[in-house]
Amino acid sequence: MANKLIKEVVNQQYPYGFVTQIESDTIPAGLNEDIIRLISAKKNEPAFMLEWRLNAFRHWQTLTSPTWAHVHFQPIDYQDIIYYSAPKSAESGPKSLDEVDPKLLETYKKLGIPLHEQGRLAGVAVDAVFDSISVATTFKAKLADAGVIFCPFSEAVQKYPELVEKYLGTVVPYRDNFFAALNSAVFSDGSFVYVPKGVRCPMELSTYFRINTAKSGQFERTLIIAEEGSYVSYLEGCTAPMRDENQLHAAVVELVALDKAQIKYSTVQNWYPGDEEGRGGIFNFVTKRGHCRGAHSKISWTQIETGSAITWKYPSVILQGDHSIGEFYSVALTNNYQQADTGTKMIHMGKNTRSTIISKGISAGHGQNTYRGLVRMLPGAANARNYTQCDSLLLSSTCGAHTFPYIEVKNPSARVEHEASTSKIGEDQLFYCRQRGLKTEDAINMIVNGFCKQVFKELPMEFAVEAQKLLEVSLEGSVG
Amino acid sequence: MLTIENLQASIHDEKQNIKPILRGVDLTIKPGEVHAIMGPNGSGKSTLANVLAGREDYQLTGGSVRLNEEDLLSLEPEERAARGLFLAFQYPTEIPGVNNMYFLRTALNELRKRKNLPLLDAADFLMLVKSKMKEVGLDEAFLHRAVNEGFSGGEKKRNEVLQMMMLEPSFIILDETDSGLDIDALQMVGRCVNSLRNESRMILVVTHYQRLLDYIQPDVVHVMANGKILKSGDKTLAHELEAKGYGWLESEMKS
Repeated sequence: MANKLIKEVVNQQYPYGFVTQIESDTIPAGLNEDIIRLISAKKNEPAFMLEWRLNAFRHWQTLTSPTWAHVHFQPIDYQDIIYYSAPKSAESGPKSLDEVDPKLLETYKKLGIPLHEQGRLAGVAVDAVFDSISVATTFKAKLADAGVIFCPFSEAVQKYPELVEKYLGTVVPYRDNFFAALNSAVFSDGSFVYVPKGVRCPMELSTYFRINTAKSGQFERTLIIAEEGSYVSYLEGCTAPMRDENQLHAAVVELVALDKAQIKYSTVQNWYPGDEEGRGGIFNFVTKRGHCRGAHSKISWTQIETGSAITWKYPSVILQGDHSIGEFYSVALTNNYQQADTGTKMIHMGKNTRSTIISKGISAGHGQNTYRGLVRMLPGAANARNYTQCDSLLLSSTCGAHTFPYIEVKNPSARVEHEASTSKIGEDQLFYCRQRGLKTEDAINMIVNGFCKQVFKELPMEFAVEAQKLLEVSLEGSVG
Repeated sequence: MLTIENLQASIHDEKQNIKPILRGVDLTIKPGEVHAIMGPNGSGKSTLANVLAGREDYQLTGGSVRLNEEDLLSLEPEERAARGLFLAFQYPTEIPGVNNMYFLRTALNELRKRKNLPLLDAADFLMLVKSKMKEVGLDEAFLHRAVNEGFSGGEKKRNEVLQMMMLEPSFIILDETDSGLDIDALQMVGRCVNSLRNESRMILVVTHYQRLLDYIQPDVVHVMANGKILKSGDKTLAHELEAKGYGWLESEMKS
């Protein structure tokens, strides 16, 4: 009985599965040096960018797709993917919101993303990436007053090439891994943020990503640089139409925090997860890494991962500056046949560095949820500390939770703590709530939200409620 | 009015054998009455309490339960709660991350919604709950903690009594609420239950010991053993049991 109800609650429909009929400038599928030259030419890039892309591509050709993650999928045919697709009307680049195709605005409205400044999330600057290119960035002027640069990556390449050249690939080099190399070769857009010395960014920055075109991949690249003593909070959200075939999303995010700078990066990932039988859905193979380059700097990752057929991501922090702090707060939910292999890497180099890892995995249906985390204390990491807590909640008897913690300590004064728990959603807890008059679906949502609370409280206020709702929708799904 | 007739329930043991727990329970509680059920470990007292509340671990194999002329056993647990049934749990469950105040307010408003009463806003709720917390002797700090998480045994029981006082149910089952309580807490339970006694409310007190009944004077005392009610009487039966032990009754029944 309770199981049937869990199933009902867990199985709500994906509400963002619509396709926008819009004319696109789409290049042929396939990947070779000509395609890369074409992408670079379409973006009118300086020579250093093209050269970097080609180097990445040549390196990528020497690599094979990694197999160590606890996920299973058919090999991807990289020649069958479209590497560049842009809404046609935006080809010359919208100068203002008035020039943005009304259909696009309609799409974003359906997704609940307000592009207009009077929108619901007033106070949040939004950069929206539709397939391969950025279509609008709001609040540009206000940010510019504060000296903050927040623009599409392609614009940054044109306007601030020296900053791009200085920082691009310094946190995630194209040699890092298979998908990072692929992204470096073909990435088409993304967001660029630069916060000058001593500036506290006056608003939350936000990017919404959307994959619309069939068979296209999305390869965005985000670069955030926080100069000495600055602060920025950034949020990204993602959705995609429902399609039977899988689509690849291989993004790279690089964060650089200099002395006493703080970057807070939050993700609400709700790519199309596939249907109940596991058909379709996004392959979300993402490399995210932050570099605490300066002393007393801090980088904090918060992620709510409810979408995608397969998630493969490890937002990490390199703690180089002395006294720097790295944090990773994660809720990953897998339902139906979703698979997630996610976690973090905390690389402690500097002395008195601190890291905290809180991971909450929720599995339902046939979902497989893996936490994979590395804590590495290098010889210089005197008195470094890590605290890791991984909890798994199982909502069915056919799902799975797996934990792979890797710990390497090369400094005797460093200390690492690891706690882990796995529990099945308690019949006792459900009965207790229902005895007090709560409906089963409300009881499940309450218990699951309680389980995730440590992570939700890390989200910016505006998005904490949204994340909670998203979890409830995603929890419509499986169990047996 | 609660009418239990020939109620039978079983449970699957570890070897998946069917083990009967309730073997034909008959019990009638009239409006305004307080009944106590006593009995040794394993006699089926707690099972009866849980079956009435709708726990799904049991197979019902016979008999009927009517609450105010409605078939209770066909209702979901939350529907039973909506009819005014409240179980004070023997082992209250911890719900990590769920704020105690939020839980209680949600439960209260859910019941008010079903009764077409206006929902309590945060301020009204807070005033009400603070006064009730004083009565049950719980510090206000407990409002801001997760439901039962890290509470001591006694604090969990006080929290159960707090919920009872807030929800004001019309049929209350106390499942060994006295176990693990000190004298002060026992007196508090007695005071709270007595404050709820009126001409319509029904109360069923499940207990091992007579001492709670010093504070809550029952109208009827039942003795349960082997899944059946062996004997019923007034409150003197409880004293007799205390003096002579459960063995007395069982041997008396055999002879």
